[in-house]
Amino acid sequence: MGMGAGMILGGIDLVALAAMLMVASTPILLAATGELIAEKAGVLNLGVEGMMIMGAIGGFAGAVLSGSPEVGFVTGAISGALMALLFGFLTQVLLSNQVATGLALTLFGLGLSALIGKGFEGVRPPATGKIDLGALADLPVLGPILFRHDWVVYFSIALVVAVWLFLHLSRSGLILRAVGENHEAAHALGYRVVAVRLGALAFGGAAAGLGGAYLSLVRVPQWTEGMTAGAGWIALAIVVFGSWRAERVLLGAYLFGGVTVLQLRLQAAGYAIPVQLLSMAPYVITIVALVIISARHRHGAQAAPAALGRIFHASR
Amino acid sequence: MITLVARPAPSRFWAWATPVLAVLATMIAGGVLFAILGKDPVEAIRVIFWDPLFGANAGYFRGQLFIKAGPLILIAAGLAVGFRAGIWNIGAEGQYIVGALCGASVALAAYPAESVLVFPAMVLAGALGGWAWGMIPALLKTRFGASEILVSLMLVYVAQNLLAWAAFGPLKNPQGFGFPGSRNLQQYPSAHNADLVAGSGIHWGVMAGFAALIGTYVLMSRHIAGFRIQIAGDAPKAARFAGVAPARLVAFCLGLSGALAGLAGMFEVAGPSGQITDSFGAGYGFTAIIVAFLGRLNPIGILLAGLLMALTYIGGDMAQLMLQLPAAAIQVFQGMLLFFLLGLDLLTNYTVKWGWARA
Repeated sequence: MGMGAGMILGGIDLVALAAMLMVASTPILLAATGELIAEKAGVLNLGVEGMMIMGAIGGFAGAVLSGSPEVGFVTGAISGALMALLFGFLTQVLLSNQVATGLALTLFGLGLSALIGKGFEGVRPPATGKIDLGALADLPVLGPILFRHDWVVYFSIALVVAVWLFLHLSRSGLILRAVGENHEAAHALGYRVVAVRLGALAFGGAAAGLGGAYLSLVRVPQWTEGMTAGAGWIALAIVVFGSWRAERVLLGAYLFGGVTVLQLRLQAAGYAIPVQLLSMAPYVITIVALVIISARHRHGAQAAPAALGRIFHASR
Repeated sequence: MITLVARPAPSRFWAWATPVLAVLATMIAGGVLFAILGKDPVEAIRVIFWDPLFGANAGYFRGQLFIKAGPLILIAAGLAVGFRAGIWNIGAEGQYIVGALCGASVALAAYPAESVLVFPAMVLAGALGGWAWGMIPALLKTRFGASEILVSLMLVYVAQNLLAWAAFGPLKNPQGFGFPGSRNLQQYPSAHNADLVAGSGIHWGVMAGFAALIGTYVLMSRHIAGFRIQIAGDAPKAARFAGVAPARLVAFCLGLSGALAGLAGMFEVAGPSGQITDSFGAGYGFTAIIVAFLGRLNPIGILLAGLLMALTYIGGDMAQLMLQLPAAAIQVFQGMLLFFLLGLDLLTNYTVKWGWARA
């Protein structure tokens, strides 16, 4: 172990690893934060993967056509939100089964994005600039890890803080949680269950779309078919792992980002482990994390919103 | 103002009418999609839905229909049982891949010995492999309460990586000139799952699909286990009073659907596909979910839905060839079909009333 350009351990530069961690975690953090709000309102949207991939192509197309990555992030978020509203229309107005509809959203999104993306293969998107944080960026070790990223990385953290404040300190957050815990009671109190849920879904879709756009505009950066590769599903797992709490979702997303970056670095470092087996790691770790957290909650208070996934039909 | 009034019991008429309506609505919406892509919608619909059945080369395509429908039906038959109980195995794609890997491994281990025992051993290995892959989410669900939806789905990605590893590593053809992919089982008579009548497209996997439909029909309508599955889905609380053990039900449903998906993968790799390659998983496991829903989780429905989805695959390939319609358009088409079905299902469970409902 040496202390040259960075801290090197087993052929892996730890500072570069930690710096990549924040970038790798951002798409999933955004999607998971969005899904957290939807699930807090009592809706289980399994279509995160579909919304993310639509955000990836919507954002990519928007950025390439306009030449501005900012426009791309906006179109990505809109693409995700539109997908979420489609899900909302089916589940909240036409009262369809949420599990099946979420799956349909994912299958549909994967197909539609591939169709739209035909003309965008091999294109390079306009670069998303890094934020200049002056002296902070020059700090040894902490500088490259924390202060040399693009705005979306900081925005995603700000979003977690905002969601935490919203859920815990605002009146609207209280209403949202009430709808998610007991929709009949919330309805009886005069709150508009369907409207609240559609709003929560749209927010979740926009956040997932933003996460998808971050993948295609910054993380990769290019468009390839099916490029989300399960990131949306992992975001869903992270909401469970985070026990439906914003700060734990942040922790979960960063842990997951760490695993992803580590396995990528191990691939690059040329260890004698087959690439395909290393690529399994994020998914296996997600399963392990789900099992641990589910086992812990088994005998304690249920962490999931009580009305999660249940169909609401106001009979009067 | 429109109001919805819940029906006391789901309408039998609408339960069967909605899939038909959904198909029609999808054709219309698909036509609009094709028009946006600059293709003649009527022409595209004809190429996809009519020509493979009644066009010039229909004889060939009808065989293809069974080749595509076979795995879809086999997988969907198992999934439908779980869906009825409210147990969501959405990782059939992974179980399909692992079944194929296990079946092919047995064949490649036996190669080049010719014996009547090779094929039955492959069938067993395929079923066991799929079963084992399905039992992982089942065990994690019953032991730790982990969501079977997320675990089974995660295992699809694990299986896909396992497949790529096998194709480039242990199962690679030693005489393949360095190309990835296993030996072609079509050239190994003891392992080859050939058409039972040449050119018919009906191989052992298709027969297994039919058998699975009959088996699940008997299970669901004539057997106490089917009754338990039914009430577990409709009324979980009542099920517990009736002595239904949720853990055993989860294990049964995930194990059964896993085994059938594994079989489908094994029959595919030994037959139409022939070899393990990293692109072996073609999404049958996901399309089978659409088949199960479109078929109303009912054996006859699944048979029809499987044939219809097979038709969209074949017609889609033709449209790609003749009209340069992108392959992804068919995926969109299949997704839309599921949307329309789920949305229109409203009519099965509710009556739509115009005007203000009396409170």
